[in-house]
Amino acid sequence: MNATTTTMNATALIAEDEPLLAQALKAELAAAWPGLQIVATAGDGRSAVREALRLLPQVLFFDIRMPGLDGLGAAAELADSWPTDEAPMPQLVFVTAYDEYAARAFEAEAIDYVLKPVQSERLRKTVARLQQALAAQQQPSPSASPAVAGDALEQTLAQWRQVLTAAGAGTAPPTPASAPLRMIAASDAGGSTVRMVPIDEVLYFEAADKYLRVLTATHEYLIRTPLKQLLTQLDADTFWQVHRAVVVRSAAIESVHRDEAGKLHLTLRGRAEKIPVSRLYAHLFRAM
Amino acid sequence: MTPEVLPRFRAENIRNMFRHGLITVAFCCFIATALAIAGNGSWESQMVYSLSIGTICWFVIDVGRLLLSGHKEVLWPHGLWSYGLIALGITVGFLGGNAIGDAWVGAPPLEFRNLAARKMASTIVITLVATIGMCFFFFSLGKSKHMQSQLDLAKRNATEARLKLLETQLEPHMLFNTLANLRVLITVDPPRAVAMLDRLNSYLRMTLSGSRALAHPLSAEFDRLGDYLELMSVRMGERLRYTLDLPDDLRDVPVPPLLLQPLVENSIRHGLEPKVEGGEIAVRARRNGDRLVIEVNDTGVGLDAALPSEEGGSGFGLEQVRERLATVFGERSEMRLAAAPAGGTCATLSFPLPTAAS
Repeated sequence: MNATTTTMNATALIAEDEPLLAQALKAELAAAWPGLQIVATAGDGRSAVREALRLLPQVLFFDIRMPGLDGLGAAAELADSWPTDEAPMPQLVFVTAYDEYAARAFEAEAIDYVLKPVQSERLRKTVARLQQALAAQQQPSPSASPAVAGDALEQTLAQWRQVLTAAGAGTAPPTPASAPLRMIAASDAGGSTVRMVPIDEVLYFEAADKYLRVLTATHEYLIRTPLKQLLTQLDADTFWQVHRAVVVRSAAIESVHRDEAGKLHLTLRGRAEKIPVSRLYAHLFRAM
Repeated sequence: MTPEVLPRFRAENIRNMFRHGLITVAFCCFIATALAIAGNGSWESQMVYSLSIGTICWFVIDVGRLLLSGHKEVLWPHGLWSYGLIALGITVGFLGGNAIGDAWVGAPPLEFRNLAARKMASTIVITLVATIGMCFFFFSLGKSKHMQSQLDLAKRNATEARLKLLETQLEPHMLFNTLANLRVLITVDPPRAVAMLDRLNSYLRMTLSGSRALAHPLSAEFDRLGDYLELMSVRMGERLRYTLDLPDDLRDVPVPPLLLQPLVENSIRHGLEPKVEGGEIAVRARRNGDRLVIEVNDTGVGLDAALPSEEGGSGFGLEQVRERLATVFGERSEMRLAAAPAGGTCATLSFPLPTAAS
């Protein structure tokens, strides 16, 4: 690193529910990157999203386990609501104490994350990488056309997608590699009867608070398996994740619309409702 | 292990069957030799009779046994089936073996009217005694093998349960976060770091040795809860407030060590940690007639939200508390988990006070 990058100015937000650890990360960052200004420290996922959207920082340090909305959920929500025409997508770094699976998933995907307690050596490496990424982002490229800006956004989104998938798959305890799921034992909306639903009839899954809704052309069922756990048992070509909370049968997708605000929605054959498509998964529907 | 789906003729069973066969053959040779020495015809013809009868008996009984119950753990049919099978084996073996033997020595085929003849009678007796004896021998062998494997399984289960208990109490996320906090405190607030380290020390000591002791005074139990809650409140800051209320006259009541720990942990993990604004935990012991009542109250997210066990973590702790209560106090103990009136969860334990303390 040369002198210009260590003194580079940037803004960051820390989301960490344990006050002492937030304070420590702040102190370590002050030493490793004096030019970095911590614009806010949030104690839970919801306020992290709120503060990030208000202050539009360039770097986010997110704890994975947080009350209310966890770090992964907060990041996914930001990916969708970040005003990309006002500020470039921020750099995202996860900070975790011991999320056994997540850390392992990050290792496997060679994703940058910081382990608590934060060690200065490790943090310096992360800082160097962040500065490089920010410098590349700020470089006034000779052809600053919308296409290039779009490419940069696409690149950041791809990066976020990779981080969130690795962490999401990582926080679910590994299920034994088994044959793809064929039947789902679900309770119907009343909750008193268990019904066996063939997977071939399912059009989409939607996470709702504590449950997962299972929707066929005619019925709705509820199961308690978390979406991220179910995803490991679904065939990735048959079912596509299009949103943090939604997985759809790819063959049933009828059309995808972009509204005035630039948000994508899709409709499924056999269902009337519009299903939101997250910015993170919009690449699935780029016209060929 | 699901015994019902084991194939009947799996390699292990076939191997055992042939081992039985070899032992049977050896035993038949022994009988034949003994009979020949005792002067009952030539050794050769005795061998033919003995081996024919023996191997047929063995084959019928062993194959029948696997057909009837090869998929079960003890490889013997139950009750009448087993007697029937032995009777069938003996009959087929006796008739078939004698037929082969008669054909070999050229004797006239078996005459049932001559059953009373001395030779016939002794053959029947020998076949009966030998077969039943062998069956009993193999049956006990199989049974003791099964007992041994059950014993090993039980031992393994006990070890697993202990490990699991330790794992829940030394939850890595809790431990590493505590260490991370400690690391911060060492530089910013050394006296508080020392206090925290002492708490961690006694918490770890208790957790690692606690599962061995049978009982300790309630005051010690409350001290350990204090250690744990203090560690957690360093981590959670303002989000955790707690009160411990133990009347003086109940301090010496013996309780199983770490009995309350899982309840407080559940309150934090499933009640307060998911709640943005945090909340309060109150642990209270009181006397109700001749019973001790302990309540763990929290103002967390409540039962319903906490129950869908995403990691299956909450179930084990409660199950374990209930089991330990039942082991020590039997039917007279009680544990209830209910929604607290002010939101959150209330766990109530009650069990008889020892007569000496009341």
